[in-house]
Amino acid sequence: MTQPEVAAAPASTDGSGQRPILEVTNLRKYFPVQSAGVIRRTIGHVQAVDGVSFQVEQGGALGLVGESGCGKSTTGRLITRLLDPTSGSMKFNGREIGNLSNKQMLPLRKEIQMIFQDPYSSLNPRHTVGTIVGTPLRVHKMVPDKQVLTRVKELLEVVGLNPEHYNRYPSEFSGGQRQRIGVARALALQPKVLVADEPVSALDVSIQAQVVNLLQDVQKEFNIAFLFIAHDLAVVRHFCPDVAVMYLGKIVEIADRETLYARPHHPYTQALLSAVPDVKQAAIGGRRERIRLEGDVPSPVNPPSGCRFRTRCWMAQDICAKQEPPLLQIGPKHKVACHFAGEYGAMPTSPITLDALGVDQHGTPVSGAAPSTEDLIKPGFSDAYTNLETHKSSSERLVGDRIVDDPKGEGTATEK
Amino acid sequence: MTEASNFLTEQNAREADQRRADGPGFEGPYLVVENLHVSFPTADGTVQAVTDMSYSLEQGKTLGIVGESGSGKSVSSMAIMGLHDMKRTHMTGSIRVGGREIVGLSNNKMQSLRGGEVAMIFQDPLSSLHPFYSIGSQISEAYLAHNKVSRSKAKAKAVEMLDRVGIPQARSRVDDYPHQFSGGMRQRAMIAMALVNDPKLLIADEPTTALDVTVQAQILDLLQELQRDFNSAIIIITHDLGVVAEMADQVLVMYGGRAVEHGPTKELLTHPEMPYTWGLLSSVPDVTADTSGRLIPIPGNPPSLLNPPSGCSFHPRCPHRDKVPGDLCRTELPLLVEGTRGPEHLKRCHLANPDMIYETEVLPEIAPDLVDLTVADGADHVAPENR
Repeated sequence: MTQPEVAAAPASTDGSGQRPILEVTNLRKYFPVQSAGVIRRTIGHVQAVDGVSFQVEQGGALGLVGESGCGKSTTGRLITRLLDPTSGSMKFNGREIGNLSNKQMLPLRKEIQMIFQDPYSSLNPRHTVGTIVGTPLRVHKMVPDKQVLTRVKELLEVVGLNPEHYNRYPSEFSGGQRQRIGVARALALQPKVLVADEPVSALDVSIQAQVVNLLQDVQKEFNIAFLFIAHDLAVVRHFCPDVAVMYLGKIVEIADRETLYARPHHPYTQALLSAVPDVKQAAIGGRRERIRLEGDVPSPVNPPSGCRFRTRCWMAQDICAKQEPPLLQIGPKHKVACHFAGEYGAMPTSPITLDALGVDQHGTPVSGAAPSTEDLIKPGFSDAYTNLETHKSSSERLVGDRIVDDPKGEGTATEK
Repeated sequence: MTEASNFLTEQNAREADQRRADGPGFEGPYLVVENLHVSFPTADGTVQAVTDMSYSLEQGKTLGIVGESGSGKSVSSMAIMGLHDMKRTHMTGSIRVGGREIVGLSNNKMQSLRGGEVAMIFQDPLSSLHPFYSIGSQISEAYLAHNKVSRSKAKAKAVEMLDRVGIPQARSRVDDYPHQFSGGMRQRAMIAMALVNDPKLLIADEPTTALDVTVQAQILDLLQELQRDFNSAIIIITHDLGVVAEMADQVLVMYGGRAVEHGPTKELLTHPEMPYTWGLLSSVPDVTADTSGRLIPIPGNPPSLLNPPSGCSFHPRCPHRDKVPGDLCRTELPLLVEGTRGPEHLKRCHLANPDMIYETEVLPEIAPDLVDLTVADGADHVAPENR
């Protein structure tokens, strides 16, 4: 039961002509923190996801990476509506799903399915594989009751398990095989979007590759869009053409994988990538220069003002504490949320975000300047973007100077 | 603080003298494991967890043990700590720590060694720290178990250790409970606890698996720094070849309870000679290389230790078994012998020319960008011998 296309849905702007199947704008999830004692009052909020925007194309894959507690799993659970968002919009196929009631949501549940991290706790040990994979078929009346078993066997075959094992229990399978059962269950409803939350991190290395290959096969065969949540940067690079890096509830950088891994522009992405131990590099002698991050991720209950990464950032300046950097597009498919975004070792000396925010170099709002932050929370990419090269040449001239009151200053250039 | 630390240095010096007086003089490497067998009798039969394992490790060096779950890597290291319940474990062979044989040592004697000369860091810091006791009291307990000092001195030592492993404001954090620490800080506290008695051998069992990459980098740096300061021998058990590549001097690859390849890290990672090691290298995507196409997984599942396969335990999953004539892989267990590149590099495989197969068949698939580099390196390696 596919929804008819909604005409009001904004057209994709990345030029490929394909409509995003999933479009998330300014999504927020705050969990209340309650005081101890008899009368429980809400004394604060865990800002687990705070203004996240992205889109996933039909049959595409977006990787969501970040450290534990950055909100990537919460984002996945919001999209499957296992959690209700605090605010923001989530559009599936052009239709808003963020505010649907459970009843309204029911027909859409089969379109958005999930694969869980732990293949041991996500399968009911008292149910046979046939029941586990067959239940969604029965609930959503995908096939007549008599054909459920046949369909289950087909699905088991698709994920590379013996179809005759439908009457076995999860305990009789190994970790990799269990994860295949989880994939079969998710595929049973022929979803258009699969949220895979750390699908391979509980598996042994030799088995990980089998499951990653399986996911790639089903993606191609059934044209499923993936939101691939993982902390393993190498697996994400392998699986996802687009990658978003999250830090403390926000996306700090989003780009196609070639750009993100070869030329990361956000200091956090640079630190994250430099921390990954690399076999081949170490094997042929010496390791890459590692960026050491000091300290721990701050608490999401009370995040730092301005840029959330500034407490651990080696580049932080006054403006970082005062103004939150917007997710500024700096390349055809590259957005970054940093005042001093640039390649490692070649970061600009003056903030690149002044025009967008309408502030001066110290973060104080400039009278008369028109901040364009509204445009900056849109998901997807546009044809016009801030050109860092142009900025660099103008910034050298502007160091120490007051920025001119010009919302369309030299820092912004439009390129095709 | 200065008084306390003066006392502690004196104390340390005295302890060191004491240990020298106690310990029998020994020659050679600090840790020697020979023909170690560990098996667990169960209702379904005997689980052969570790079979015929031998290696040695010198002070100041790091050994990386790599393998999948169930390959015996943790079991063999727990044997060094004497952590197996001897009523349910059958253990033969020899483990000598600083010249002292510990297989068959009584639990009492083992206790004086454990946590003192030999210490261990576990994978999951949350479940290895006691939630009811403060971090400080858990560290000072480890110190008090091996030193006759007052509680306040032990607490000063705990503060010193927390400071040493990089916990900010150690003095005020020492009374915190494990739940008040973040994952990385808990792992640091575990390391502080393990190092409180200046162990000569530190076993780190998946020390960073539960941690995020940036924290992992911090912890690995810390371990290397502490090794430089204390000159301890470190065994690092992991399934992450990247961690091994950065940390270890020697690598031991385990499969189905046996060592299948053993050699110096750089040598083993650039010229692996065992198909299982090739499989490990090819099934992991590379964060720096352009990835297109598919990963090359190792087909099948790890072997059962109850009914291990006949012959080479890797043969049911080995894509190269047909290259060995006469079905040898299925019928006969290969010995761990010297490889084609020198006496330091051992492998357990029947293949006659593994270096050729690796360079012509395996390497082009997993890392085409490295072919030239390795071949060139190989040429260097051969040249001096030819002269």
